[in-house]
Amino acid sequence: MEIFIRYSRELVLTLIVVFAFTTLVLLLAGAPPLAAYYQIFKGSLGSWVKLGHVIRVWIPLTLCACGLLYTFRINLWNIGVEGQVMMGAVFTTFVLRFGMDGHMPFMYLCAAFIAGIAGGAIWALIAGYLKIKGGIHEIFAGLGLNFVAQAIILWLIFGPWKRPGIASMSGTELLPRELWLSYVSHIRLSPVGLTLVAIAIVVTALMLRYTKIGLYLRAIGSNLNAAHMFDLDPRVYMLVAMIFAGGFAGLAGSIQVTGVYHRLLPAISSNYGYLALLVVMLSNYNVWVSPAVAFFFACLNVGSIQLPMMLQLDSSLSGVIQGALVLAALAVHAWRMRSKRLEEQAYHE
Amino acid sequence: MNELHLTILFAGVIAGAAPILLATIGETITEKAGIINLSLDGSILLSAMTAFVVAYETGSLPMGFVCAALVGGLVAAIVAVFSVYLNQSQVAVGFVLTLMARDLAYFLGNPYTRIQGPYVSQHPIPFFHDIPFLGGIFFNHSFPVYFSLLLIGLCWWYMYRTPQGLKLRSVGENPRACFARGINPRGIQMLYAVCGGLFVGLAGATFSLCTKPGWGRPQGAEGTGWIVLALVIFGGWHPVRAAIGAYLFAFLQVIGIYFQGWLPSVPAQVFQVAPFPLMIFTLLLINFFQKESVLNWAEGKAWVKSALGAFSGVMPTALGRPYKPD
Amino acid sequence: MWIELKDIHKHYGSVKANNGITLTVKPGTIHGVLGENGAGKSTLMKILAGYIGKTSGKILLNGSVEDYHTPAQAAKLGIGMLYQEPLDFPPLTVLDNFMIGQTWGIKNQKNFFRKEFESLVDHFDFTLYADDAVKRLTVGERQQLEVLRLLALGIEVLILDEPTTGISREQKGTLFQALRKLASEGKSVILVSHKLQDSEALCDKVTVLREGVVTGSVDHPYDENTLLKMMFGVPPGTPSRSAVEYGETVLSMNGVSGSGGRTGLSDCTVSIEQGEMVGLAGLEGSGQGVFLRLAGGITQPSAGSIELLGEEMQGKSLHTFKKAGVVFLPTSRLEEGLMPGLNITEHFALQNHEDGFFVKWHEASETAQTKIKKFRVMGTPESTVESLSGGNQQRLLLSLLSKDSLLLLLEQPTRGLDVESANWVWQHLHKYCLRRTSVVFSSSDLEEILMVADRVLVFFDGRIVKDVRKNETNIDELTRAIVGRV
Repeated sequence: MEIFIRYSRELVLTLIVVFAFTTLVLLLAGAPPLAAYYQIFKGSLGSWVKLGHVIRVWIPLTLCACGLLYTFRINLWNIGVEGQVMMGAVFTTFVLRFGMDGHMPFMYLCAAFIAGIAGGAIWALIAGYLKIKGGIHEIFAGLGLNFVAQAIILWLIFGPWKRPGIASMSGTELLPRELWLSYVSHIRLSPVGLTLVAIAIVVTALMLRYTKIGLYLRAIGSNLNAAHMFDLDPRVYMLVAMIFAGGFAGLAGSIQVTGVYHRLLPAISSNYGYLALLVVMLSNYNVWVSPAVAFFFACLNVGSIQLPMMLQLDSSLSGVIQGALVLAALAVHAWRMRSKRLEEQAYHE
Repeated sequence: MNELHLTILFAGVIAGAAPILLATIGETITEKAGIINLSLDGSILLSAMTAFVVAYETGSLPMGFVCAALVGGLVAAIVAVFSVYLNQSQVAVGFVLTLMARDLAYFLGNPYTRIQGPYVSQHPIPFFHDIPFLGGIFFNHSFPVYFSLLLIGLCWWYMYRTPQGLKLRSVGENPRACFARGINPRGIQMLYAVCGGLFVGLAGATFSLCTKPGWGRPQGAEGTGWIVLALVIFGGWHPVRAAIGAYLFAFLQVIGIYFQGWLPSVPAQVFQVAPFPLMIFTLLLINFFQKESVLNWAEGKAWVKSALGAFSGVMPTALGRPYKPD
Repeated sequence: MWIELKDIHKHYGSVKANNGITLTVKPGTIHGVLGENGAGKSTLMKILAGYIGKTSGKILLNGSVEDYHTPAQAAKLGIGMLYQEPLDFPPLTVLDNFMIGQTWGIKNQKNFFRKEFESLVDHFDFTLYADDAVKRLTVGERQQLEVLRLLALGIEVLILDEPTTGISREQKGTLFQALRKLASEGKSVILVSHKLQDSEALCDKVTVLREGVVTGSVDHPYDENTLLKMMFGVPPGTPSRSAVEYGETVLSMNGVSGSGGRTGLSDCTVSIEQGEMVGLAGLEGSGQGVFLRLAGGITQPSAGSIELLGEEMQGKSLHTFKKAGVVFLPTSRLEEGLMPGLNITEHFALQNHEDGFFVKWHEASETAQTKIKKFRVMGTPESTVESLSGGNQQRLLLSLLSKDSLLLLLEQPTRGLDVESANWVWQHLHKYCLRRTSVVFSSSDLEEILMVADRVLVFFDGRIVKDVRKNETNIDELTRAIVGRV
């Protein structure tokens, strides 16, 4: 109970700090703060349609977050997750192009999803090998691969996969209706997507808590030097973690192609990879809190789309709030650690 | 290509490299003291926006530069404080800041996108710029570019020829030993982290007021911060070598534009994204040359050894792990 | 400068590292501080040098009480210390290392310091070059540099903590010459060492510490036996061990050399038989740790061959060693042996590599409970390992060992345990020997080794200087070997 009270106190403190900071930023931009908050709220939770949008953002975001839980557990900074989403989307589109005439849609969709998972996993493995064999830090490898993935998408859209007629930034040819993920009437909520996320969350929770892999990841992440005591090779498990992270990210890419945009376009990953990193950090690497934080972040993303139209503000405000939340949480956490340490020292004297 | 073309080419490289150079030297200073400032990409954008907006509103270019420098210093200070005093991961804080600073830049800079604003003018140095060939390359630029050239020498002199620079280097190597000798490692790390941040801020200002004037979403400087981080490693944490890396990079960028014209069949994206796989490849090479097996192989061959020596950079031993008093 | 330490106490919780030490050092003398590991010598000297703070007591310099808290303050008062682990800057040059901490402002003072450096080098006849990189220097040369630097700071008292470990004979000669010169110039030198030979050759007076107190203070010339008695105390009678029949050779090392620690391991040739209990004696850092890690496959030798049951093992992976049944338990439990953040049950779950995708938590929890009871670990299956006391962490590590192993390599297995627990550990390990497992352990307690081991290997300065069966030697012989007097 005491822990709960302490967490709530910290949560409230964090929120107050972020609220104050954001208000300051808004005032600096010459914008009415309350109106901005209202627009974000209304833009995300104001109607069922809007809620549907939020969930459509929430699904890939949560998938990426689930994947990142594996790499964070073993102390890897998988910044390449953005590129892994992109490559998942690329592989998905590749498979779907064979079924453009609309026959056997179910088979093609299944194959496409598997391809998406594979694509993300392969991209992640490349970064993993660059680290293990090449000694390159996963941040640099991941980043480099992100840019390469982006370039590959651009090349495909303007080159081999371009729309008949004029190639444009709006992406490849629209997929036939049969290859769209089914959805619920005008809310555009995809039951397939929801199911996949639910499975992902549960699978991840199970994996991390009940399987050997989860335990080994945690052990190696805790103490790399003691891994040999238990006959664990850290390199093997780093690759395993990357495969999981890449696979989940790739799946997110597949859903973006089949359920959201119905084609491949340059911004297919929509920054969800980077955002998922923030989500996991803010959730304190907890598999049950991550979906909740992801939902909050999705609301911010979708809600802030209203800002340019309604208040002539840039929608990046959501990014500012999200970043501020993580920073504030880190600061509060640090403060707690500091006071705990000082307390212990005083106790021992 | 005749002489004029070469002159224009090299002058373009010097001018185009100026912001990258400023940021690389700034980050070299920061990392030499032991702090990694991962927020570079966002920091550059935020300071670019600040420079443009301030210069536009106040009509004063110097004010723009100053405010941008302060913004860069502030972001670096946040990373440093979180690490040195709050014991949080530099990578985590830096990463969050890189996203947040970028978003803040886009948000606050929104009203100023795509408008014509002030930018620095060329100031050819009298007499010097008439020197054939070299004159056109080095002495026909704007003040920020001249400053970037001066900074290389200034930084090298400070780091390697003054006692203060020695203190900077010692803190990045062994903060514990510094403490035993009466030096305050935390203070020094804060100081130089902010100092490096100031130069990063100037780099951003150079983008929006000189090299790629104006503000927009995107501005054009996106991705530079990550390249700078790799350049610091490539430069072996030495300002002169890092500068060489920056000029090499700018040269490749300029050449890339020419190549694109010659090879229209190769998609444009290859040239745009080429820096990043190149960066990975370079890092691979550096790591490879530092492998024990390779060093052993090179033992007998003197010229190979000196060539490898040119490649190997010595990472400050305490990089990323700030000093925690016992 | 006259130094008086009056009734110095240093307590770490309930552990009394220094328990009321009074010591006087005259100027112009070389004063030795002798004692075995854990006697409190390093602690005392670190207090004097300002590196750690004292719990109580007074320090008087030239008659007046001084209160300082940092090494820099101590240096200002004239006290400097040469630490066992060099606190220098390897990538920088000798001159840079010399200057750091002494310089001010922005003006280039290199020339001034170069002159000062070179005149000091001449004065002591050292061979040091200002522009060399410190990482290329040997341990001895780094020491010389540090001595010069401290002198340039104007210290009157030089404390050296185990300076002759890992340096060549020639460098030792140069160092001793320099120290004698310093003493003749009126400075005080304090030499902390476990090497009798060095203290006898150099010191005017020797103070011996044992378990945190002073056991004696003698002037030159010294009687070795007296010193040894003061250092180690009187050993109790050694009970004999029930005879175990030895089998084939399990581990065989031939000319093995390896790096690590201060001394590394040089040219080691030894065989261990099945069922033997072998104790590695010697002061800490004399090569035992390196030996154990080489035998366990944790590190690779730079020369020589290692064979397990006749098979060549050097160069093979750690996994191969483990599969062969070799287990290594390190001293630093939390840094190298256990996973902070995970609890006891989770550690037992980690052990079990049998088939199965899922962790059998129920089984692991039961195993944890059984082992906790059997090994008397003060904790619950849910306790995280970092919350356990040092002694309990040790018990946990021992409980993680499997019943059948070929070779157990244990670094200081009873460190931090009370007598009762230690006895229990030895009984437990003896059962392994009866099951034909070979046990090799290092310990800094000779009495313990003589009580439990069948055979003793004495390490000194990175070499095995003595290899005897327990019943063919006695404690005097062994203590002599430990301090280098074979």
